[in-house]
Amino acid sequence: MTETLKNTLLFGAIALVIAFVGFQQSWNSALLIIAMGLISSIMALGVNLQWGFAGLFNVGIMGFVALGGLAAVLIGMPPTEGGFAAGGLGIIGALLLGAGTIVAAIQVMRRMAAGPLRNLIVIAVLVAGFFLFRALLDPAVARIEEINSAETGYLGGLGLPVLIAWPVGGLFAAAAAWLIGKTALGLRSDYLAIATLGIAEIIIAILKNEDWLTRGVKNVIGVPRPVPFEIDLQNDPAFVERAAAFGMDPVEGSTLYVKVLYILLFAAVLLLLMWMSQRALHSPWGRMLRAIRDNEVAAEAMGKDVTARHLQVFILGSAVCGIAGAMMTTLDGQLTPGTYQPLRFTFLVWVMVIVGGSGNNLGAVLGGFLIWFLWVQVEPMGLWLMNVVTSGMEDGSALKVHLIESAAHMRLLTMGIVLLAVLRFSPRGLIPER
Amino acid sequence: MSDPYGDRGNKDLSIGNPKGMGSEIPQRSGASFSAPGGPFLIGDSMTAGYGNGPDILHDCTIAVDKGEIAVIVGPNGAGKSTGMKAVFGMLDMRKGHVRLDGEDITDLSPQDRVAKGMGFVPQTSNIFTSMTVEENLEMGAFIRTDDFSDTMAQVYDLFPILKDKRLQAAGELSGGQRQQVAVGRALMTQPKVLMLDEPTAGVSPIVMDELFDRIIEVARTGIPILMVEQNARQALEIADKGYVLVQGANAYSGTGKELLADPEVRKSFLGG
Amino acid sequence: MDFLNAIIAFLNYVFIPGVAYGSQLALGALGVTLVYGILRFSNFAHGDTMALGSMATVLMTWLFQSWGISLGPLPTALLALPFGILFTIGLLLFTDRAVYKFYRVKKAKPVILVIVSLGITFIYNGVTRFIIGPDDQNFFDGERFIISAREFKKATGLAEGLSFKTTQGITIVTAVIVVVALFWFLNKTRAGKSMRAYSDNEDLALLSGINPERVVMITWIIVAFLTTIAGVLYGLDKSFKPFTYFQLLLPIFASAIVGGLGNPIGAIAGGFVIAFSEVTITYAWKKILVYLMPESLEPSGLVQLLSTDYKFAVSFVILLIVLLFKPTGLFKGQSV
Repeated sequence: MTETLKNTLLFGAIALVIAFVGFQQSWNSALLIIAMGLISSIMALGVNLQWGFAGLFNVGIMGFVALGGLAAVLIGMPPTEGGFAAGGLGIIGALLLGAGTIVAAIQVMRRMAAGPLRNLIVIAVLVAGFFLFRALLDPAVARIEEINSAETGYLGGLGLPVLIAWPVGGLFAAAAAWLIGKTALGLRSDYLAIATLGIAEIIIAILKNEDWLTRGVKNVIGVPRPVPFEIDLQNDPAFVERAAAFGMDPVEGSTLYVKVLYILLFAAVLLLLMWMSQRALHSPWGRMLRAIRDNEVAAEAMGKDVTARHLQVFILGSAVCGIAGAMMTTLDGQLTPGTYQPLRFTFLVWVMVIVGGSGNNLGAVLGGFLIWFLWVQVEPMGLWLMNVVTSGMEDGSALKVHLIESAAHMRLLTMGIVLLAVLRFSPRGLIPER
Repeated sequence: MSDPYGDRGNKDLSIGNPKGMGSEIPQRSGASFSAPGGPFLIGDSMTAGYGNGPDILHDCTIAVDKGEIAVIVGPNGAGKSTGMKAVFGMLDMRKGHVRLDGEDITDLSPQDRVAKGMGFVPQTSNIFTSMTVEENLEMGAFIRTDDFSDTMAQVYDLFPILKDKRLQAAGELSGGQRQQVAVGRALMTQPKVLMLDEPTAGVSPIVMDELFDRIIEVARTGIPILMVEQNARQALEIADKGYVLVQGANAYSGTGKELLADPEVRKSFLGG
Repeated sequence: MDFLNAIIAFLNYVFIPGVAYGSQLALGALGVTLVYGILRFSNFAHGDTMALGSMATVLMTWLFQSWGISLGPLPTALLALPFGILFTIGLLLFTDRAVYKFYRVKKAKPVILVIVSLGITFIYNGVTRFIIGPDDQNFFDGERFIISAREFKKATGLAEGLSFKTTQGITIVTAVIVVVALFWFLNKTRAGKSMRAYSDNEDLALLSGINPERVVMITWIIVAFLTTIAGVLYGLDKSFKPFTYFQLLLPIFASAIVGGLGNPIGAIAGGFVIAFSEVTITYAWKKILVYLMPESLEPSGLVQLLSTDYKFAVSFVILLIVLLFKPTGLFKGQSV
């Protein structure tokens, strides 16, 4: 069997099972799986860039995705009236002061001779800076959060078209990645994994707690969309007519139409990113990257700046995750900081990459679709399985009730088993690296 | 990528600890059987390599008898260390046999060979750097269930400096002292044969002479010694038997004196 | 008098909780550091192992409670703990045999084992939720306090009360016993020394006749002890909720790395450094400052440096600072 045929069959199989969902459950679910599958594929693509091509272990994907989500809010949401006047300058001033403090501390570190005096001054600068920062920030935050806190109570966004948020989400993630990479890859020993793990938790903590920025756990709802609202379509006679031509009622027709539009947008982004990463990987830059991965010592001996290359690819991969995060928040229409969990947003993406095939972009896409499909569909499958298993038990028995109630937790178990099975029996993934 | 279990160049210390990680050793679960006759320890016409890699040894034979010192010399990359490791079961043997004291041990794992009485001092990483000298010796005696304080006293007699430093971490010692710890550790099992892979690598000439003296002392106690040496001339001077390996095959063999006298060997390997 | 009150408040709100939390982190970090030192990878499933071991203990506790067995003033969970440990030993040895061993024999690189441990994390997490559900579970019983705030106030006449919870007392005592036993084992026994030797140099350990599989087995057994004890102590002190154990992963890793990965003493020191940083930075110091400062200077706010929601950020920042100044951690770890 040739490689192309095998890959076509694999993708065909996924298409088939999604179509099955369409016939069995609803086309709405099937299209939603495709839309989220596309987003998942993009995340997997970003991680594959880092792990597959540079061997960087990023366990902070969740943080980059969340930053993308933040971009969607900051770009797409309308500004809160009077929000900026109330505390915008105070917050900007405080943030600048915070950054200035850190820069000052670094300068002291660099300029002064090592010793207890230096450490003392650095600590003094940081402590003084921190208190000034809080003194400036706190009142501004309080003023902003006072504004109609039930509905806004935050600065709001720029009110620009939400599509702009996608590249901006990438930029946010790239900036964070630059900071992390600069620190973690620059240390004498490489501590990237723990650094990403920590930063991701911090980003989520900020999104959850800084109400002036994201409304925290009160969530931002109603993020503008790049596609029409279903309700507007239903009120549009021309659309109703067209839907009727396809034999659909306006409600069903409009939901499917909107999903299809999203899918087209997402697919365009995925194709663009795929094309770009394939191009990059077959350029001299990409070849150098793989040379470093396969033999760092030799590459270094040839004068390649390994750390700089690693930093570049780490930033690029994280940016891709940020784009995906912005897209996801756009699709959801809301930012809910409380729902960002490492198992779902970091480790699941890892499963996608490993199962799809580390080092193969096509594999990452396949993994994204396959694992997302399982993530969504294991629950109904598990429920069905439990119903079969417990069919012999008498109704209302404690065990039966417990088993059926717990079916929802089967998905984590399944993800673990899928990952271990692939690692064991096909360690290079379903579409191995060439 | 050829290796599905490779790390793609990942050097992240917060997730992995490559230091001290072992090398891949072929899984053997075979048993030994009696094969009387022949020298005390012999790697007989061995053809071997690492994993699925190419053959490194070609029909190579190395042997040592009781009370002897046998020395393996040869140019860089001749497979000297590989030959040693093959005798110790750390390579994939494709052809040939290893026999010890009238037993065929080809199918034994390295641990089982230790239990059979083989002591091996590798060229590098041959001590537990984070443990004290005394703990190193204790680990050497790990397989022994009897009281090994006598053996430890003997090792301290042989290497008096170790006694003074016995509570110091072995990694803090000088190069020569480290080699003494390494040899001492191997002696703790009371081996029936001792294999040394370049025991004098990286030590000064004075220390080297002293180490050779100690090795002769060990040999006098009746333990046969099989040794790889970079300093061919000095080694052959103390050797009862010498092997010159070239590209994984026996090129010359004889007593130490014969090889030293052989004009061919002198010209090619001893610098005239 | 005010000064005494300030000290009591400090002990009550900062010191005692810090010591208890530090003990729990130290036990967790010891497990992580042992796996890192001997099996050579960072075990992402550590938090979920704690959850599963605690779950077994919780179930056993409920069983005992239903039988009416109790330890009087002490929590019944202590009686169930040995069964929880046995369960975890079985679980870890089974996991090793079924999963990790395959990669160990193949000498897979540590990062592959980390990915494998991600898979184990999913499975353990799923199993825990499947059996006991994702919710909070209460399994504490017995006497709540060794010293209660009310009694303390009555006895001393101070305005501030000092409460010392039974769980805090048990946590500290148990942690001390476990740590002493572990250090005795690692430094004085043959098996313990063979573990250190294997961690130092696998190949040489093999040449010395040390059986790697045995070392690995002993390691998992010790890790089972450490995780279950840490998990149950944490559960008794706070509450048992599967997800919180997963979240403990970051402070536990931070403790192990701050102390120097692979170094047991470092793991303990790291645990306390992280715990005290978290507690002091997220504590509202107003309560203590009002006793110490003259009335005119009394702080108006809570004097809380960061909201408690940022406690993970604190462990991470401490980690970063330590790594910047001492890349090998406070105590020289294996990551040199």
